[in-house]
Amino acid sequence: MAQKLQLRAAVDIGGTFTDTVLMTQSGEVVATCKTPTTPENPTLGALEGVKRALSDAGAKFDQIVGFIHGTTLATNALIERQGARVATITNEGFRDILEIAYERRYSQYDINIEKPDLIVPRARAFTIRGRMDANGKELTPLDYDAIPKLVEELRACKAEAVAICLMHSYANTAHEEALREKLIAALPGVAISISSQVSPEAREFDRLCTTIANAYIQPLMARYLVDFAEEFSAHGLTCPVLMMTAGGGMTTLATAAQLPIRLVESGPAGGAILAARIAETAGLGQVLSFDMGGTTAKLCLIDEFRPQSARRFEIARAERFIKGSGMPVRIPVLEMIEIGAGGGSIASVDRLGRLQVGPQSAGSEPGPAAFGKGGSQATVTDADIAQGLIEPASFAEGRLAIDMDAALNAIQETVGNALELDTDAAAAGISEIVDESMAGAGRMHAVESGKDLGARTMIAFGGNGPLHATRVARRAGVSRILVPRDPGVGSAVGFLHAAVSFEIVRSRYATLETLDVEELNDFITKMILEATEVVRAGSLDIKLKCTRIAYMRYHGQGHEIEIPLPDRLLTSDDIHTLRIAFEEEYSRQFTRSVPGMVIEILNWSIRVGTQVNTPSAAPAPDQATLATFQRQQRILCEVTGKRRIADVYDRPSLMSGNYLIGPALIVEPQTTTYVSADFTAMVDGDENIILTRSEGTP
Amino acid sequence: MTTISKTRLQVMWNRLLAVVEEQGQALIRAAFSPIVRESGDISAGIFDIRGRMLAQAVTGTPGHINTMAEAVKHLRDRFPVQDMKQGDIYMTNDPWLASGHLNDFLLMQPVFFKDRVVGFTSCTSHLADLGGKGMGPEGSDVFDEGLMVPPCKLVDAGEVNAFLMEIVRVNSREPIANEGDIYALIACCETGAKRLAEMMEEFAIDDLDQLSDYIIETSYSGTVQAIAEVPNGTYRNTLMVDGYDKPIKLAATLTVADDHIVLDFDGTSGCSDKGINVPLNYATAYSVFALRCIIGPDIPNNAGSLEPFRVIGPPGCILNAQHPVPVAMRHSLGQMTPDLVYGCLTQALPDQVPAEGASCLYDVPLRHTPEAARDGGTLFALELVYNGGTGARPTRDGLSATAFPSGVWGSQVEPTEATAPILITRRELLPDSGGAGTYRGGLGQYIAMQSATNEDFLAFLSVERVRFAAAGRQGGGAGRLGRLRIGEKGPDLPSKGEFRIPAGKTLIMETPGGGGLGPPEARDPTAVERDLNDGLISRDAAKKDYGVQKGEMP
Repeated sequence: MAQKLQLRAAVDIGGTFTDTVLMTQSGEVVATCKTPTTPENPTLGALEGVKRALSDAGAKFDQIVGFIHGTTLATNALIERQGARVATITNEGFRDILEIAYERRYSQYDINIEKPDLIVPRARAFTIRGRMDANGKELTPLDYDAIPKLVEELRACKAEAVAICLMHSYANTAHEEALREKLIAALPGVAISISSQVSPEAREFDRLCTTIANAYIQPLMARYLVDFAEEFSAHGLTCPVLMMTAGGGMTTLATAAQLPIRLVESGPAGGAILAARIAETAGLGQVLSFDMGGTTAKLCLIDEFRPQSARRFEIARAERFIKGSGMPVRIPVLEMIEIGAGGGSIASVDRLGRLQVGPQSAGSEPGPAAFGKGGSQATVTDADIAQGLIEPASFAEGRLAIDMDAALNAIQETVGNALELDTDAAAAGISEIVDESMAGAGRMHAVESGKDLGARTMIAFGGNGPLHATRVARRAGVSRILVPRDPGVGSAVGFLHAAVSFEIVRSRYATLETLDVEELNDFITKMILEATEVVRAGSLDIKLKCTRIAYMRYHGQGHEIEIPLPDRLLTSDDIHTLRIAFEEEYSRQFTRSVPGMVIEILNWSIRVGTQVNTPSAAPAPDQATLATFQRQQRILCEVTGKRRIADVYDRPSLMSGNYLIGPALIVEPQTTTYVSADFTAMVDGDENIILTRSEGTP
Repeated sequence: MTTISKTRLQVMWNRLLAVVEEQGQALIRAAFSPIVRESGDISAGIFDIRGRMLAQAVTGTPGHINTMAEAVKHLRDRFPVQDMKQGDIYMTNDPWLASGHLNDFLLMQPVFFKDRVVGFTSCTSHLADLGGKGMGPEGSDVFDEGLMVPPCKLVDAGEVNAFLMEIVRVNSREPIANEGDIYALIACCETGAKRLAEMMEEFAIDDLDQLSDYIIETSYSGTVQAIAEVPNGTYRNTLMVDGYDKPIKLAATLTVADDHIVLDFDGTSGCSDKGINVPLNYATAYSVFALRCIIGPDIPNNAGSLEPFRVIGPPGCILNAQHPVPVAMRHSLGQMTPDLVYGCLTQALPDQVPAEGASCLYDVPLRHTPEAARDGGTLFALELVYNGGTGARPTRDGLSATAFPSGVWGSQVEPTEATAPILITRRELLPDSGGAGTYRGGLGQYIAMQSATNEDFLAFLSVERVRFAAAGRQGGGAGRLGRLRIGEKGPDLPSKGEFRIPAGKTLIMETPGGGGLGPPEARDPTAVERDLNDGLISRDAAKKDYGVQKGEMP
């Protein structure tokens, strides 16, 4: 009997759909499927998806040798406030870290803002005597005598989880660990999170928030993960389940159950990993990934095949997408900018006669006016339909009837009449505004990261990414776009390209002058051992890769610059090298370095992970041949501002080596790629569509 | 010339707003001055060929609203456009032109497109030190306060004036940071100029005329519409503030006409001998900010939206201080002007105006002692920022320990202790410090700090509301006063001055609470109960202010 095919499976549970992908060990996708998410018990939807994919592939559970799972459950629990009843313990004298926060209003001109709800009311905020200093030296011992009273208070307020965050615990964990031990013994069944484990970085407000968020979802996620694993094991899954993290790596169920905060936003991370993988296959060193769906668009900068990472983000922003209106969480994440611009984003005209698009979205119910489900407000999708950029007959594989008149009416009534524009001009205006806001957000994100967009290739996916790619790219100054195969199921495919990895960021203040290399080596080695232990639990690979980074800045500055460290013990000679590396990177970002300034290091990060094989591109097609279109359609061309005929191609009909000239539409089941008049399209050896903007066109 | 469509003009307007934010970010990221990076104490803007402001970055402090618009007009008139070359940049820190004190430097660069000047970019940022007596109220005139650079050309066709830079360096205790900050300003101007030219290329326009007219007319008419909703009339208010050594009266008359608003500071006390005087440009910035928070807050700052607001004051009053009086700490009183103005506006719009708040930042520069510098002790300089409570809002409680009108960030304890020999021993909200009311004022906070070594340290204070509390409105109670002392039982300190904190002693600062709004007895009982549960009010206060009986308490 021939050896059975070994498969790897990925399941991405999203808000609406659960995506499943099965891939062979050599990286070939053998089955994909989308099943409805089952919110009351998400495991059921996942099981359904995997069963269906296995049946499509003619395979069985025991053929799955790798299983990767990502879920929005953690994120949703935080957004919808469905977590545990959390109490906090901070140092005596610091009961109000949470209330005081950064003392800031997130919106300058709005005097009526509400501050974000940070889960724990003051009535459940407790304190204890004891204090460390910034170097981790004990100034006041922990008040053990006060613990019994604290336990009583925790019981009295019916806390189901406790978040402990003591000053400078990143430098000395002793008090937090001792307190945790006592509470575990005294309060069985109560989940205890300590800040030195959840987020060992300086800045007490961020660390406390992160610890609270972890404590909040911990009981729920621990239960879910156990159920999930048991259910799949009962169906014959023999390999361990690994969880996708926000940092773009995979971790074990045990680690995920302890640090569930690491699981938030893992779906979008999958999309960025896929884009990075495609970038590596195609040899694209500088990429902007552009994932536009129904309600939001996500952009990520990818340099040298690595998605940009960050150490902080915000969840549950109260006030739309305004920075500072959410709860900060400080964990390693892939850095993405998310804006309220999607197909369902609603267009309106404000009292000054300014056209606004989003961030409110018509969602899937009632959806755009053209869906005929009662939506009366014009959306981005309605504008695309009105401009002829979506072929009504092939939209959503023809499962959804498009009501063109409803789209036109909505645009005329909500935008055209108010601005005295005809329907075409109003539709074009909606597109211009939304495309400008995405391009603007991308440019701003690049500036904040000290990077430039101009030289990048955009990798576009998501339901609306390929449709808006040329229009956004032109405004962002990007002239090359890649649309991968199956742009609709990006995230789950991305999971299968992730490494088993774990990242730790820890604060330890030093200036380059005062750096004690030996102590530092001990500090880093300890972090590496901790991370390696987590990775070993999920992978038997002999060879692990370790990345070390120092976050440096000039004394007095606020912005830190990431400087890679060599993967070995440091010697005193390295200090000089570090200074040079910092100054070079600084001048690259800010034109010149500043001689004579003290350089300081606040945070250190290490990431230990398995090595993922390097992909290779299929050979480029031998010759370019002009593709043949299947149909034609009248569109409103945004380059000339005039109606004209565009060629329509079905994507499956396009072969490697085919090229075509815009304006054109390339249609596939979940999306349409719009080739603007100033772009040409070419299909490469891996069947990606490469869009290139012609030189010299306005 | 072809007419550009409205939606296209709007896209360009959005682009300009994005460009100024980009400029602002570039400046904040490269800045050295802590107040810049922590508080966004900067400004960045784009101007048309006539010097009309088209867009301004929304940053953390409103101290530059309008000031920059006026400064660019002045520089543009002073230096003939026909003499400008590509790569020229002009500069000044004259407090009466730039932003009210010497630390704020303003740069302006002409933007060239197709070999013609089409507009200007400009930016302002706070430099760490300009010599003299530095950031503190102790100077007797502006000459005491440090180096003044008159309007001049900093960069000539791309070439930085090395001599000028050297002057700024040698006159400063922080030469390297100053130089770094000036380079950050140059980069900011250049970023804006480059992006503006790129935008004109992309949209195929040769000048900004149609765009400027569209932005300014739309914003002007939107603002006038908003003003039309304010009942016409003349509204007067006075506000007593601590001052340096004696109380100061701030007076305002707000006249609301159909299509404009005039604010007159007539009746305000004369200048102080110390550096808390406020040039009119700075008083205007905070006053207009306060008005615009309520009248047309959705319209971006530009020449059109600012046009209908006129601010005047008799020369020589403390809100229209004249050269050469000292002005280094002009923000202490400048930040009180919103409360002054709201006292007028509330008469016209009683349902939209908040009660008085702590308003003035509790910003505390700390430094080592002179002996430490002499005898090889621990050297450090640090500026901590704290806030009191904001006034209760028309339908909501005030915000506790939150900045208003400024938008600064408070200092976190851990980074403070990691970078300076200071130990913070307590930082908590002060129960009962918010004024009682249907809507309660925000709470102040209690901050205690001491030396982390066995050395003394110095604190330089210039705060407010130690003598005059934030008043409530419409029957709401006043917020608690601010209070400063050394040691729990030490005598109260005045709100301004230089203080030495001996090793082992604790500097205690209580920031003021905000005023309440509406009669306390009308407060929702569940809100009272929640405040009681959360320990934000005491049982005594629940009984005294809100009439809650013992038996009803949780």
